[in-house]
Amino acid sequence: MITVESVSKSFNGKKAVDAISFQANDKEILVLLGTSGCGKTTMLKMINRLIEVDSGTILIDGKNIQSQKVEEVRMEIGFVMQHSGLFPHYTIQQNIAVIPDLLKWDKKKTIGRTLELLHKLHLSEEILTRFPNELSGGQQQRVGIARALIADSPVLLMDEPFGALDNITKTDIHSEFKSLEELKNKTIILVTHDVQEAFDLGHKICLMDQGKIIQTGTPKEMLYQPNNDFVKNFFAKNRLLLEYKVARLKDMTSLIEGRRFYEEFQFSENSSVWDAMQQLSADTLLSEDYENLVKAFNEYRKFQTV
Amino acid sequence: MSEQSFWQFIIEQHEKLLTQVVQHLGLTFLSLFLAIMIGVPLGILIARKTKLSGSVLGIAGILQTIPSIALLGFMIPAFGIGATPAIVALLIYALLPIIRNTYTGITEVDPAVTEAAKAMGMNRRQMLFKVQLPLAMPVIIAGIRTAAVINVGVATLASFVAAGGLGEFIFGGISLNNTNMILAGAIPAALLAVLLDQTIAVLQKLSYQSVKKLKYIVPVVLVIIGAIYLFASVSNHKLKAGFTPEFMGRQDGDLGLRSVYGLDAHPLVVSDAIMYKAAYEKELDLISGYSTDGRIKAFDLYVLEDDKKIFPPYFAAPVIKTKTLEKFPELEKTLNLLAGKFNDSIMTDLNYKADYLKQTPEKIAKDFLVRTNLYKNPRKGNSQTIKIGSKIFGEQYILAEIYKMLIEGYTDYKVETKTGLGGTKICFDALMNDAIDLYPEYTGTGLLVLLKPSAKTIEEVSKSPEKTLDYVNLEFQKQYGIEWLKPLGFNNAYALMMRRKQANELNIKNISDLKNYLDSN
Repeated sequence: MITVESVSKSFNGKKAVDAISFQANDKEILVLLGTSGCGKTTMLKMINRLIEVDSGTILIDGKNIQSQKVEEVRMEIGFVMQHSGLFPHYTIQQNIAVIPDLLKWDKKKTIGRTLELLHKLHLSEEILTRFPNELSGGQQQRVGIARALIADSPVLLMDEPFGALDNITKTDIHSEFKSLEELKNKTIILVTHDVQEAFDLGHKICLMDQGKIIQTGTPKEMLYQPNNDFVKNFFAKNRLLLEYKVARLKDMTSLIEGRRFYEEFQFSENSSVWDAMQQLSADTLLSEDYENLVKAFNEYRKFQTV
Repeated sequence: MSEQSFWQFIIEQHEKLLTQVVQHLGLTFLSLFLAIMIGVPLGILIARKTKLSGSVLGIAGILQTIPSIALLGFMIPAFGIGATPAIVALLIYALLPIIRNTYTGITEVDPAVTEAAKAMGMNRRQMLFKVQLPLAMPVIIAGIRTAAVINVGVATLASFVAAGGLGEFIFGGISLNNTNMILAGAIPAALLAVLLDQTIAVLQKLSYQSVKKLKYIVPVVLVIIGAIYLFASVSNHKLKAGFTPEFMGRQDGDLGLRSVYGLDAHPLVVSDAIMYKAAYEKELDLISGYSTDGRIKAFDLYVLEDDKKIFPPYFAAPVIKTKTLEKFPELEKTLNLLAGKFNDSIMTDLNYKADYLKQTPEKIAKDFLVRTNLYKNPRKGNSQTIKIGSKIFGEQYILAEIYKMLIEGYTDYKVETKTGLGGTKICFDALMNDAIDLYPEYTGTGLLVLLKPSAKTIEEVSKSPEKTLDYVNLEFQKQYGIEWLKPLGFNNAYALMMRRKQANELNIKNISDLKNYLDSN
């Protein structure tokens, strides 16, 4: 659990982060969302003390990070950056093993864990002897994630981790990321300016502007219970898509034929309406089911307040 | 003898050449090694504390601009002569490129990479050795490469302070008018520079991984070669001798000492600018000097008697093209006013005033002319210009100044002086090419360095000063169209000298005594 209490940071007299408080619970992905310059990255880097706070406190599992040695704080936190940040002079194997080497792990243990992660991240073993510049952007980013995960630290910070990837690669990595068991019991804070990414991955979203948090809530709350016009306008462009993504099949169980959807199509209650429609729309034989779902969604939508 | 080919010279002198190459490499590598030891940590320091970078790079930059000869001059009072001052001077030249490239290399590592290293919990030390230094390595090696090439060049000047190296051949060759000798020093020096540059370039292109292995080998190689040099340059002879590069290569110098006296003094090669002082400060015990040098008086040195007469007479007289004498009809008469106005002790005294009392050549020249009733106020004439040259030592500056005042007082010619020409060959070539019109030369130098007749002729004409003068005058007119005017009256011959006190203690009066002393155990 990460607790941030009224943290502020100024650069040259200008407030980058202004008295921010929030809490990220265990097994939760919290997204810091905002346009560039809103202070989200500064906020993230204060959690592993790449940037020191001016005032306020940050607690990880109840312990104040200021009262610990800075290297020890960082060793307990995985960090994934936008441009993988891999060492260009190390092979992939050496890159993944940086933290185990710092922790003086046994070589065998390091290799075992490396292979395990490669497999989970759909990377082939061949790349181990290569150098970062010989890999594609998507591969580099996966290696960056492997490096951050290897020591199984309870906290993971991600600074625009998929920002440099093209849309197709990004969608692939998103779905892998969501299904990755490794991440399920971690506290994750993810910084992004990409609204869809925030909705795809986040359990909770903090929308930031000019150093302040404008609203914190689940994706659904952000859409249907916005605090003010800023929040409403922020999502206006992607609104319909986001609504489809936020709605779950279980939200409209009374409106659809449960046996057909859950048993024949093997959808889960937690599948989003968007995913279900994507799948149904691919097959012309299922156009009736597709239309039924659209109808159900439109019924459901009437009851959501805006 | 003058027809000897370059290869013959190399073959004949290969042992000396090899020693000089080893010395040269030793000086270069040892100073380079020390410069790396100092420069890399300094570069790391200023990369961390960037506030310091301006001042550190500034100071290193200023040191770099000090002319190398001047820097060597500054080193002598602090470090004496020999390897130490040379290595310190070379070290200073190597510092700037190494510091600067270390600094640039580290500060230009991609900030995303250093941030990643920090975020993973590396401390500053781990970050430096695992990330910053490996990534900065190609830039740092480029700096070392620059420094190595600079050092190979500057190390040629090490021979001025008796530290050896290829400068011995280069400057000896210039003094002796021996092109083969100059090339025997210059070509290997250039080859060393190219070779070293290319070797380091290969290192630079290697991957990080292989450089990692080399980081142990390279310092070891540097230190071993440096150690060989230091070991080789330690001498434990009874008397420490230092001879000028010119003296080393002359029949009436070290060669004569070996063949006629059978004397091997194991001499170091040293510049005459610092030789006397080094003898006075007991850095050297035996030096090759000039018999009229003012510093003999200043430092109380004792001139050993040349009992087997290997040093021929060196009467000073102006040399000038016959053509020039015709162009300036009043010149010969004017210059000859000085004929016979000197003797050895007068010249020694004038030199003493310059070398020790630090009087300017102008003042010494004027005082001398006033005392001999030759001084006349300059006529400020507006006729043609005469260009007077001089070699690069005190006596020649004084003589050039005396000629200038004399010509300006007695004729309407204008005078321009070109003093400090670095050696006999340069002066003579300047005269031949009409870059200068006249300069004071010595009969012995004319005979042995410029004419180089057979050994038999030398023996024949060296019997008396007059014979020597007649012979060189005749041959110069025949071969070059150059005349020797009337000699000034002093004999500035080569001489071996020691501190008077030590010579008295050891009871050494002449060169044979010296040989007996060195041979006795």
